[in-house]
Order: sequence, then structure tokens, then C-alpha cells
Amino acid sequence: MAKFEKPKALLDVPLHYCPGCTHGIAHRLVAEAMDELDITGKTIGIAPVGCSVFAYNYFNCDMQQASHGRAPAVATGIKRAMPDNIVFSYQGDGDLASIGAAEIVSAAARGEKITVIFINNAIYGMTGGQMAPTTLLGQKTTTSPYGRDENIQGYPIRMVEMLSQLDGCAYAERVSMHNYPNVLKAKKAVKKAFETQIAGKGFAIVELLSTCPTNWGLSPVDALKFVEEKMIPQYPLGVFKEV
Amino acid sequence: MAKVLMKGNEAIAEAAILAGCRFYFGYPITPQNEIPEYMSRRMREVGGTFLQAESEVAAINMVYGAAGCGKRVMTSSSSPGISLKQEGLSYIAGAELPCVVVNMVRGGPGLGGIQPAQSDYYQATRGGGHGDYRMIVYTPSTVQEAAEMVAKAFTVADRYRIGVMILGDGMIGQIMEPVDLEAIKVEPENTKKLWATTGTDSKDGKRSVVNSLYIDPNELEVVNQRLEAKYDVIAAYETEYEEYMLDDADVMLVAYGTTARICKSAVAKAREEGIKLGLFRPKTVWPFPYDALAKAAEGKKAVISVEMSLGQMVDDVRIAVNGKCPVHFTGRTGGVIPTPKEILDYVKEVR
Amino acid sequence: MEHRIVVAGFGGQGVLLIGQVLCYAGMAEGKNVSWLPSYGPEMRGGTASCSVIVSDGEIASPLVTEPEKLIVMNLPSFTKYEPLMEKGGTIYVNSSLIDAKSTRDDIKKCYIPCNDAAIAVGNARAANMAMLGAFLADTGVVSKESAMAALKKIFGERRAHLLPVNELAMDKGAEMMVKE
Repeated sequence: MAKFEKPKALLDVPLHYCPGCTHGIAHRLVAEAMDELDITGKTIGIAPVGCSVFAYNYFNCDMQQASHGRAPAVATGIKRAMPDNIVFSYQGDGDLASIGAAEIVSAAARGEKITVIFINNAIYGMTGGQMAPTTLLGQKTTTSPYGRDENIQGYPIRMVEMLSQLDGCAYAERVSMHNYPNVLKAKKAVKKAFETQIAGKGFAIVELLSTCPTNWGLSPVDALKFVEEKMIPQYPLGVFKEV
Repeated sequence: MAKVLMKGNEAIAEAAILAGCRFYFGYPITPQNEIPEYMSRRMREVGGTFLQAESEVAAINMVYGAAGCGKRVMTSSSSPGISLKQEGLSYIAGAELPCVVVNMVRGGPGLGGIQPAQSDYYQATRGGGHGDYRMIVYTPSTVQEAAEMVAKAFTVADRYRIGVMILGDGMIGQIMEPVDLEAIKVEPENTKKLWATTGTDSKDGKRSVVNSLYIDPNELEVVNQRLEAKYDVIAAYETEYEEYMLDDADVMLVAYGTTARICKSAVAKAREEGIKLGLFRPKTVWPFPYDALAKAAEGKKAVISVEMSLGQMVDDVRIAVNGKCPVHFTGRTGGVIPTPKEILDYVKEVR
Repeated sequence: MEHRIVVAGFGGQGVLLIGQVLCYAGMAEGKNVSWLPSYGPEMRGGTASCSVIVSDGEIASPLVTEPEKLIVMNLPSFTKYEPLMEKGGTIYVNSSLIDAKSTRDDIKKCYIPCNDAAIAVGNARAANMAMLGAFLADTGVVSKESAMAALKKIFGERRAHLLPVNELAMDKGAEMMVKE
């Protein structure tokens, strides 16, 4: 029977994430994939601006910290400079789908051989719960206090579906972390996204539906329920691209 | 090898290749397009990487990524594009990454024009983006000098882990002059970049982090002070300037880049008329040659800053001269190039 | 000795090439040279010009604002640059396309029917070389041999077959030049 241990690709330091936040699970999934593929020593990760800005303190590989939204461009520079290394960016929804939309679309269109871990929790966490491009219709945030209204703020954006349309995109999947079976699926997806890069197939992205109990104003358990009941209908799970 | 006739932009690109630059990321904008065009051809020949980015913003962040891996990397643009790069340049300063950035300045503000200007002086010499930082800024006056400065820029960038800017203008980019590429001194890359993210396997397990975030103000203050100490060393060792016909001059022009060439013509015309005019030419505008300029200004009847702007470098000239003699400004802006005659007329006016 | 030259015309007339040939040839003859083009959204059909300096000494300002030698290939260039010329300079006018005559009495004037000369030798596109031939015959800024060698270098192998007709155009231009 396997012993439950911390993955080697995670440093043994306390994480700063809020109680009930799924960033910790996502970090673990990425680290487990690195361990299982034995790539930590040649991996270069990119931390974004957002809640996961300190990711460079957590992963036991070389890390670069990028400016807001530009992680795919930084990843491009790294991968072009170090084509034999493994490069991943770890980005939230504001970072990837709003300010960094141009960079993620262009990196995918170019078929950059990078792995993108996309955390979608439908809100800006680090800055205190403002509306994100992925905020659900009707969802209240500190900058949509009356609830997101499609006539005013437009519609939530489905990134992996959009990116899967691009020829350079080799792998695109959306998974959730709201319960154990889904975490297992998420683990497979994250590993697959790294394997896609190792095989040199092209751009790979996994969108992980995540929680933000603090800014959603929900208990950790209710936040998981929110993901299942509210987010998944808007953001269907599944593989949208696999070449 | 004999001299070859090259456009300034092309000579800059070739000099970068000679200096070991193997990564170029850029985005089209006039008047610097010959740089990406040349690189798109040459990088493949030398086994390097040329990538046309989706924007100037993306390009500078690609530079960040490659520089963070310890590679010699360059981008180029012109004024509006350089404004877009400022965020990335600030991060590069914070993370202390070496890279070379070319700005072929055009008139502004806004979309401005496409003709030569020097109106990005403040931006170039005061850091440009947010935060307390500097870039080393070289101001070439000829195509030969542009090529030599680019080669040097890579060495200096590595030596101090700093972004280095080549501040040209449309004229220095477009002009074609003979260049002796063999005369370009290229120092071998001899620094081991242990800080670079090349994978922990490549460094006996040592982990590298490229970062500019320091959430604790006390920690950030220490970083800022360390950067300041580095900038002081750069100011002491890397300041460059030229003195031209100053020995007997009673009026001194101060000009850099393209404008300095026009001033040399004005000096020649002035001397034909018996006017003792000379020129002080900063070759680095950060660090600015304050001490040398102060010394050169001693005993002069007047010092005149000549620029293709409304007067930006004149502030530094005033700081240097510090009230010891009158400091004046003349120039044209918006992409208009001053003529030697206009400069000489102004000299006669204030003399 | 410093030749301060402006070459101007329509984009596509090969005015930038005239300047480049002067530069390459001047460099081959051991002189200092500079070539500064106008640039911008006027690649074809708009006005194109370049400042060319061929000098025995160091070149300070590469920008020619008061041309000492002016080559104009079309009427808008004539109208724009003729009044700016330095006293005692010489203007070289493509009289095939420019009916106007310079009324200045402080400059020398040469009229060359460049397009007619080019057609006469069998290549209408060589009007610029007809102008260059006349210009060199009158000024001797560089030798015709240096100019041909420069042209050969610029043309490369792909366009080497065009060299003979260009040389003919240079000769014809010089022959048809009318000095006033």
C-alpha cells in the first residue's frame, strides 16, 4: 500500500492559500505529474500575477515569475531558449482569460510546446474578489455587486473550448476538483498535458474548475457544491482537443 | 574584410549576431523594421531563434523568459512600441536580467509620426516603467558606432545583469554608411550564469528563481539599495562621452546621437566664420556624464543643449552645469531635424 | 571636397538606387559616404528621395537640406527642391517628365530626357541610369567604372543580365544631356 506523502516536486513549506481553496490540490497534481514523469530537474515553471503569484516558492524546480497575463509569452521565451526542458505556466482566470488573452491565444496558435495549468475560480482572488472574465451570470462580486448582467458585463468566457479551435493546440481539457473522483480525473489530465509537451505535440492546456470560499463568501464544503451545481453547467467538463 | 555599406538597422542586427545574440523577439513598427527583417533571415543561418511576437508586450516578455535562461537576447521597437514594453522592462530591472533593447525613436506623443526624434529621452534615462530603476542607455551617432555599441551592450548587460538600451532615432536606423564589422570588439561570454533557470539538473540541484516580487517592504528596500549600489558602480565605470573642438571654444553645444552630427556641421560652419564653437557629446545618457560636462562647461560663455525634442536632456545639462554658466536650449521636434544653419543662428543669438 | 546630393522622384523610379550606386562606388574609391532615404508610407507612386554625401573628409550631418547637386526625376521633386538649392549648385532635370525650366540664375542647369534615352536603348525602366550616366559625366563624383562595378554588386547574379542595357542607358543619358 502506497504511503501518502508530499510530492518531491513540492517544497516542504507552508502554502499561503486560504482554507478550502483548491490551489493546494492543483499544486499537488502538478507536482505529482512532475514526480511520476521524473522531469522536475529539467522543468521551468512560470508563476503568474494572482493568488498563485508565490508558486515560485512552492515548486521544487526552477521558476520564473511573470508580469500579469504574460506567462505564455515568458513561457515562449523560455521554451525557445531551452527546447529540451519542460516548461509550464500556472495561471488564474483573470491572468489568462482577461489581461493575458492575447498571449494565451497567440501561444496556442503558434503551437508552443508548453503546458498551461489554468485555474478557473470565476473571480479575482488576490485583489479581493472582483469580477473575472469567467464570473457566472448573476454572480455577485465586489465589482459586480448587483450580480453579473450580460447586458452590462457580457458573458463568461469558455477558454478551453475557444483554444481547442486553434490548430496549434494539441490538448485541451476541462476538469474539476470538487470531489475525489474528479480530482483523480484532474490528475490524469494534468499528467497528460505534460506528456503532450514531452511528446512534442504542441500546446497543452488543462482548465481546473476551482473554489474561492473566501471571496465567494461560502464555506469550503458549500464552495465545492457551487462548483458542481453552478460552474459545471456553465463550464462543461471533458476533453475538447487531443491529437 | 573591407567595409560594407549597411543601413543602421541592419548593422545593429548583424552586430548583435556577432556578439552572440541568438534570440530575437519583436513586432513590426516603423522606422526599425529592417531589424526584425534582417533577424528573420540571419537567425536561421546562425542557428538562432527569431520570433515575431503578437505584440510588443509579448515580445519583451519573451525576452524576459529567454534572458531568465541566461541567453543573449534582444528586442527592438520604436517609441509607441517601447512604451508598451515598459512594464516588461521594469520587471527585467527588478529580476536583474541582462538584455538589449533598441529604440529607434520617432516623434510623439501618441502615434505621433515616423520621422526621427529624441523625445523619449526622459523615458529612456529615468527608467521608463514603474519603480526605482535605470537602464544603461547608449546613443550612437554613426552606423559604425551603433554596431560597436550593440556589441558592447551585450557584454555590459551580462556584467551588471541589467537591461541596456540603444537609443537611436529614425535617421540612425535608416541611414546607410560604410561599416567595418571586423573592428567590432566582441568579448567572449565568460560569466557563468548560475542564477539562470536552466533546470536544477544542470546546476547540481541548485534551484533558481527569476523574480521581482518582495512583499516585505524591508526586504524590497534592501533590494532597491542593492540596485542603487550597482547603478553607482555603472555610473563610475561605464559613462562615455566625446569632446569635440572644445579646447578653445567659448560656446559649447551639448548633443547626442543624430543631433550631435548636425552640431558637428554647425561647429565647422561657425569656425569658418571665426566663432569658437565646440561640442560635448554624451555617448551614454544614462549614466549621464555629469562630471565631465561640468568640467567642460567651466569658463564657457554659454552652454546650449541641442535636441530633437522640446528640451529634455537640457535638464541633465543644467544639473551638471549647476548655475556656473548660462544654459540654453534649441531644437526642433515632431520629427523635424534641425539644420546646422538654425543651430548656428541660435548660437549667434545667445553669444 | 564634399558632394552634397539630393536625388528625388516618384517611388519606383529608382531614385534610391541612384543614391546607393553613388555610395557603393564612392566607398570603393576610398571616400566617405552616407545615404539617407526618406521613409514612410510612400513605397510606390509617392515621392521618394535620398540625401547622399560623398566626401574626402569625415561626414558630419548626413542630411542634405540645401543640395549642392540636385537630381530630380519628376515635377513635384523639382518644385520642392529647386528653391532649396545652394548657390552655385547644379540641378539635373529629367526633361522627359518635367516641362518646367529653372528660372534661378545662381545655379547651373542640366536637362536630360531620361525616359527617352532609356527607351532608345531598349529598356524603359533604365531612366534612372540614364540620369546617373549624365550626372557622372558632368560631375565626376565617382568614375563610370566604379558605378558599373557598384551596380554589378547591387544587381547580383540574378539581375546580371541587365547590366549591359544599363550601361547603354548611362552612355545615352550623358549623350543626350543639354547644359544651360
